[in-house]
Amino acid sequence: MEYDCIVIGGGPAGLAAAIEAKDNGADKVCVIERDRELGGILNQCIHNGFGLHEFNEELTGPEYAAKFIDEVYKRDIDIFLNTMVIDLTKDKEVTALGDNGLIKLKGKSVVLAMGCRERTAGAIGVKGFRPAGVYNAGMAQRLINMEGYLVGKEVVIYGSGDIGLIMARRMTLEGAKVKAVVEIMPHSSGLNRNIHQCLNDFNIPLLLSHKVTEIHGKNRVEGVTIAKVDDKFNEIDGTREYISCDTLLLSVGLIPENEISQKANVSIDLRTRGAYVDSNMQTEIPGIFSCGNVLHVHDIVDFVTRESRIAGKNAARFARGELNNSKYIDVYAGDKLIYVIPQKIALDDENGALICFRSKNIYRNPTVKIYSNDKLIKQKKYKIIVPSEMIQIHLKYDYIKDLEGNIMVDIEGEKND
Amino acid sequence: MIRDITCIACPLGCEIKVEDTENGYLITGYTCKKGKDYALQEITDPRRILTSTVAVEDGVLKVLPVKTDKAIPKDMLLKCMEEINKIKAKAPIYVGQVIKENILNTGANLVATRNLAKKE
Ligand SMILES: Cc1cc2nc3c(=O)[nH]c(=O)nc-3n(C[C@H](O)[C@H](O)[C@H](O)COP(=O)(O)OP(=O)(O)OC[C@H]3O[C@@H](n4cnc5c(N)ncnc54)[C@H](O)[C@@H]3O)c2cc1C
Ligand code: SF4
Repeated sequence: MEYDCIVIGGGPAGLAAAIEAKDNGADKVCVIERDRELGGILNQCIHNGFGLHEFNEELTGPEYAAKFIDEVYKRDIDIFLNTMVIDLTKDKEVTALGDNGLIKLKGKSVVLAMGCRERTAGAIGVKGFRPAGVYNAGMAQRLINMEGYLVGKEVVIYGSGDIGLIMARRMTLEGAKVKAVVEIMPHSSGLNRNIHQCLNDFNIPLLLSHKVTEIHGKNRVEGVTIAKVDDKFNEIDGTREYISCDTLLLSVGLIPENEISQKANVSIDLRTRGAYVDSNMQTEIPGIFSCGNVLHVHDIVDFVTRESRIAGKNAARFARGELNNSKYIDVYAGDKLIYVIPQKIALDDENGALICFRSKNIYRNPTVKIYSNDKLIKQKKYKIIVPSEMIQIHLKYDYIKDLEGNIMVDIEGEKND
Repeated sequence: MIRDITCIACPLGCEIKVEDTENGYLITGYTCKKGKDYALQEITDPRRILTSTVAVEDGVLKVLPVKTDKAIPKDMLLKCMEEINKIKAKAPIYVGQVIKENILNTGANLVATRNLAKKE
């Protein structure tokens, strides 16, 4: 079967891309989702805090997803559920395995929107067996919020990213005792508001600069040993402490799921672990676009939506033969940034470019400066910039159309911890 | 006395200070009006939206996500959880459907936050 635009993944990224592709003139659009329903990870994120930018109200994850799912079903968009994409070629041939066996589709354009997966217990160096009771935080979230299965009664959480914090509150509300959230870094990688409303509200201790050194128990977790670490993350002698628990949740990070992208020879940036893209969200393979968590890990779904609309719109333009940019410049991250996306900007595109980045440290009252050939082309002041929050800045066509040299994005201001 | 409050009204998480002075509360450190309102609320009557799940009969999933449609007093969170754990809803359910009116007299309704189809 032939499509103008094939969207792989039915999370918020895929949904926004599909809607936008359809609305911008891609006649035949489909979404392929391996799960039994659309919505992606949002279906298990039952807490509120989604949609402040998009809808100016605080929604829960499923409510945010429902708004986009409704919009998709209103349009003539084909939906394949319980269907997993297993192959993609650079000629945009898609092979998927579904209820009715193997299907083969061909797209004029393809949008990659497969999201990310959690790093596993193997990724952290902890002594001991991996007995029952060790879960990835996101897995535990799905079990509790969608299957109704409380994974444990006495819990230690390793990693203080937002998923870990949200799960600390969730398990407490369900009657479990969360004994501690253990974080190896000197600061949490989660949002301030989540430390406040998920930990402080319930007097759950956050142990910074601590690591889990050993998991005890052979068949089921019986406890963990934790210890303080120095600034090189080495254990400090004499600081070991035993905590008894039946469950250890790991919230140690997310990795974009790019196996399918790589089958089509899409090149991957080692910093973001997602594809190299230009300002139209096009990868280095013409007609293949990428957006959402498969491109880089987002903490705010509204930003996913914004970015994915760009991908969908341009996938439609590509399918219609209207995406013909020829002038590009590269974008570089300054010393204070972990990465910047896109890695390339099309100068001759009237839509301008949306720049996204993360900083390495915390800055108070900083200014973000964007240079081209050492000339300042845009600056924006912020009250605070933190690593856990991505920043997006839009560059209008007017700002970029006459640029010649490459772009560099950096932060000016005092580091503050 | 000065109290430090982390604003939870948006992801920015501003650190707000509230000082109890003779002329009333002096609030500083917020970025927008929502934060100022939140800080005042937080020191006089702290409230939270409660999100959780209730058991469902005949649904495609065993549990239904729900929320209080207004923030409820913080010290009512765990009491409301006990109430929530007694509820059994029946599929099909629509997003926004009221599952329990005026839960524990908080003035907030417990509403469904997703559609949940009936099991075939
Ligand atoms: C626990 C948690 C809490 C969060 N809290 C907040 C919050 O409070 N506020 C906020 O704004 N944001 C929050 N976020 C972030 C936000 O939810 C995510 O950034 C967003 O959901 C990412 O969307 P996505 O579509 O890229 O990925 P996903 O939602 O992961 O969707 C990807 C979809 O692709 C499908 N898929 C993958 N591979 C294939 C394949 N080969 N074939 C077919 N289908 C495939 C998957 O099944 C999935 O449905 C949170 C995220 C998590 C994980
Ligand atoms: S004060 Fe305003 S900007 Fe700051 S966290 Fe609160 S709502 Fe957000």
